[in-house]
Amino acid sequence: MAGATRPGDRPISPFVSIWRWHVTMASSILHRVTGVGLYGGMLLLCGWLMVIAAGPEAYEPFGAFLAGPIGQVGLYLLVACFAYHLANGIRHLVFDTGHGMKPSDAETTAWFAILFAIAAPIGLWALVTFGG
Amino acid sequence: MSKDKSTPLGRVRNHGAAAEGTGHFVGQRVSAIALLFVATWFVLSAALSMDGPTYLAAIDFISQPFNAVGLILLIMVALYHMRLGMGEVVNDYVHKPFAKMALLLLNTLVPLVIAAGAIFAVLLVNFGV
Ligand code: HEM
Ligand code: HEM
Repeated sequence: MAGATRPGDRPISPFVSIWRWHVTMASSILHRVTGVGLYGGMLLLCGWLMVIAAGPEAYEPFGAFLAGPIGQVGLYLLVACFAYHLANGIRHLVFDTGHGMKPSDAETTAWFAILFAIAAPIGLWALVTFGG
Repeated sequence: MSKDKSTPLGRVRNHGAAAEGTGHFVGQRVSAIALLFVATWFVLSAALSMDGPTYLAAIDFISQPFNAVGLILLIMVALYHMRLGMGEVVNDYVHKPFAKMALLLLNTLVPLVIAAGAIFAVLLVNFGV
């Protein structure tokens, strides 16, 4: 079309030379990573139930693992995964209704999900440790 | 899921939207909404009511009827949700037909077997000898 100029605010697809990191990309990939992490977490929870049912001797090594450093860090990370996946899952469900997809809104809520994933496990840990 | 969500053309050809994609999409979201409540309940109540990962604390927790029912619900809904989700991950990243089929098969069987075992474990703790 003669005289047509490219509007400045037209969305541009990612391209080798025109590209920057967006928090919404991190939020998308984190949803997947935490979902896969929680898959492992659910298998762990089911394993826990089965060794409990199998009796105290069977539970012994499992309980020692959970109480040890790897188990404790693992549980902490699982709570972080859960908090992120929960907050971002709600974000996805809101997107499904057609809301919150303006880039600035999507970025704000992505940051919120990330901050929630940092704050929630600290909060829960503090509540368990100091809450009596 | 029923085939009612498919397009007429898809239904005739038995391709595209006639497959299970839409059902999975809906199932993923319905189970997400259920987990929003059930999984949040479990994380909070397990962390706050058990002091430490001891055998007795676990038995105490599992043998309360409310907790037992909640656990069984969590197992059923979470394993359904994560199976659907992981199926999508496999479809996205694994392209060799044999590896893809093998992983999808594993992703169906493992949650099923684990769910049966874990639900039986909850029942055993409550009604076992
Ligand atoms: C023309 C170029 C591109 C197109 C058409 C494209 C398209 C897409 C689509 C359709 C999705 C899935 C969105 C969803 O899950 O709702 C996606 C996800 C994603 N894209 Fe792109 N993309 C492009 C380039 C890029 C580039 C250059 C990067 C980064 C270097 C990138 C990073 C990502 C990430 C991190 C995800 C999330 C992946 C996941 O959930 O596993 N994309 N992209
Ligand atoms: C123990 C609990 C959970 C497990 C094991 C789990 C696992 C997964 C997995 C593996 C995926 C696929 C990720 C992908 O395709 O990128 C997924 C997707 C999803 N999850 Fe979860 N999840 C859990 C809890 C939740 C909760 C509580 C919510 C809701 C608030 C939720 C909302 C979603 C949504 C909306 C999707 C689809 C995302 C999309 O379309 O890209 N999940 N989940």
